[in-house]
Amino acid sequence: MNPALERMPEGGEIGPPRSGWRLAMREFSRNRLAVVGVATLLFFVLFCFLGPFFYHGDVLTANLNGTSASPGAGHPLGTDDEGFDVLAELMKGGQASLEIGFLAAIFATVLGAFWGAVSGLAGGLLDSAMMRVVDILLSIPFLFIVLIVAVRYGASVLSLSLILGAFTWLVPARLVRGEVLSLKVRDFVLAARSAGSTRWRLINRHLLPNALSVIIVNVTFNIADAILAVSYLGFLGFGLHFPNFDWGDMISDGINYMLDGYWWLIYPVGFCIVATVMACNFIGDALRDALDVRLRRR
Amino acid sequence: MTAYLIRRFGTSVVILVGISIFIFGLLHIVFPSPARAILGARASQLAVTQWNQQHGFGGSVFVQYWHYVDGVLHGNFGYSFKLNQSVSSLFAEHWMVSAYLSGASLALAVLIAIPLGIYQAVKRNKIGDEVLTTITFTAYAMPDFLLYLIAIQVFALTFKIFSTQASGSTSLLTVVGDWHDMTLPIACMTLLILAGYSRYMRSSAMDTLAQDYIKAARAKGLPERLVLFRHLVRNACLPMITLVGLSIPALLSGNLIAEYVFNYNGLGLLFYNSLANEDYPVLLAYTLVGAILTVVGNLIADIALTVADPRIRLTS
Repeated sequence: MNPALERMPEGGEIGPPRSGWRLAMREFSRNRLAVVGVATLLFFVLFCFLGPFFYHGDVLTANLNGTSASPGAGHPLGTDDEGFDVLAELMKGGQASLEIGFLAAIFATVLGAFWGAVSGLAGGLLDSAMMRVVDILLSIPFLFIVLIVAVRYGASVLSLSLILGAFTWLVPARLVRGEVLSLKVRDFVLAARSAGSTRWRLINRHLLPNALSVIIVNVTFNIADAILAVSYLGFLGFGLHFPNFDWGDMISDGINYMLDGYWWLIYPVGFCIVATVMACNFIGDALRDALDVRLRRR
Repeated sequence: MTAYLIRRFGTSVVILVGISIFIFGLLHIVFPSPARAILGARASQLAVTQWNQQHGFGGSVFVQYWHYVDGVLHGNFGYSFKLNQSVSSLFAEHWMVSAYLSGASLALAVLIAIPLGIYQAVKRNKIGDEVLTTITFTAYAMPDFLLYLIAIQVFALTFKIFSTQASGSTSLLTVVGDWHDMTLPIACMTLLILAGYSRYMRSSAMDTLAQDYIKAARAKGLPERLVLFRHLVRNACLPMITLVGLSIPALLSGNLIAEYVFNYNGLGLLFYNSLANEDYPVLLAYTLVGAILTVVGNLIADIALTVADPRIRLTS
C-alpha cells in the first residue's frame, strides 16, 4: 500500500496525483519560520561539530594567567574563571547538548512508537495495562525522577541520553496509540491481515509508516525538551562530569561571576540554548502544519 | 454521572498504587538499606540484620513494600538518616512557603492568560498578537534559570529595585509581606507559566470564535463586548481547567529551579540539598508527594470540568 494514496484529499483533485510527502515539503519550505528554524539548527550543528576544526581554543588545561578575560583579541568571547576559551567551550558544550538532545529523542521515539503501536493494535486488557503504565510514569514529576536517577547513574552522554529517553517516551506512546487506533480499522490493514501478515509486520510495514507524520512532529519537540532538560541537569550540577560539560554547566559556572559583570560567561551560552530550542519548536510547528492535510493551503 | 465518577476514581486509585510500587522499587534499588553506612563497615552481620528488622528494611520485598505503604497511609514518608529527622517533619517545615510561591504564580498566570489569550485570538495576526506571540515563544524556549538570571541582572543588579534573593524566612507571614524579596521570583515564575498557558488560551479562544453560537450572538446584534464576555470567555476557559490539572508536575519542577536560583527555603531547595547529599528517602518521598498531587489534581480537574461543562455530562 502506497502511503501517498492514503493522504489524497477526500474530494479528489484534478491533475496528476502528487506524493503527500512532496506536498508537505512544499508547504514546509514556504513557511518562513520553518526555514529560519532549519537554518538555525543547521548552523548550530555545523558550529559545534565542524567549528573545532577551524577554531582551536583550549578547554582542557587551565591557564591561570588569563582567567576571566573580557572578549578581545585571541579570545572572541573571552575566557572563564579557569582561563578556558569561551567560544571553544560553546562548541564543545554544544556537542554534548545536541548529542544528548538527539539521542534521547530517538530513544524515546523508538520506545514510545513501539509501545503505542503494540498497545493500540492489541487492544483489550493488554492495552489498558500498557496505558496505565504510561499514566503512572506521566504522573511522576519528570525533572525529579530524572535528577534522582542521574545523580546515581548519569555522568556520560550515553547514560544521560538513556535516562532522559526513559522518561520522555510517554507522550509519543500516547500519540502513536491514538493514530494506530484509527488506522487499524482501515481496509488496508484488514487486507494485510487477510494476506497473512504477522503482527510484527503489520506494525512495521503498515501502522508505523502511516503514523510517521505524527512521530516526526513529536521528535522535534522531543529534541527541544531534551536539550532543555539536560541544561537543567547541568545547571543544577548533576549532569556530565568534567572534562565533559554541556551548555547548562557553563551557565552554572557563570553565575558565580554575575556580580563582577562577566556577561560573556552567561549570555552567549544562554543565547545558544534559546536559539536551538526555539529552532526545534519552529520546525515542529511548521511540520505539524505541513503534514496536517486539513491545515494545508492547496 | 455517578458511574463516570466511580470509574474515574477507580483509575486514580490504580495509578496511585502503580506509583507507590514504582517509587518503592526505585528506592529499593538505589537505597537498599542504610544499615552499613550507619553502623559502620565493621558491624557484624547480626547487628546489620537486627537493625534492618527494627527499621523496616528486613524481610522479603513484599513485606517491605507493605511496610512502606502502611507508613505512607499513616503519614509516615520515611526517615532522613542524613538529617536525622523524619521526612514528614521536614515537609511540614517547608511546604507552606513553596505552596505560596507556586500558588501565587499559578493564580497570577491564569488570571493574566485568560484575557491575554482572548485578546490575541480577537486580534490574531495583528501587530499586538505578533509581539505577544514572540515574547511567549521566547519565554517558552528559555530554560527557567536563564530568565531568572536575566531578571536578577536587570532588576536587582543594574537597577537595584528588588533583591537578588528571595525571602529566607520560614514563616509564611513574613514571606508574604516581603514584596521586596518576593516580587522577582513570583513575577518570573508567572511569566514562565503564562508562556505555556496563553498559547493554549489563544488557540482555545480561536476555536471558540469559529463556533456557530458566536456567529448567532453577533447576528442578533449583540455588542462585541457582550459577545466576548457572555459567550466567549466561559467557553474558551474550559481547557484551562484541564491544563492547570495537567501542569502540576511542571509547576513542581519550576519551583525546584526557582527556589535554587533565588535561595528560597522551600521544598524545592530541600530537594536540591537532598540531591547533593544523596538523601534518597527525602528525594523519593517528595517525588511520591508530587505524583500524588498530580493524580489528585487531574482528578479534581476532571470533576471540575464535568461540573463546569454540562455537555460532558451528556456524552459520558
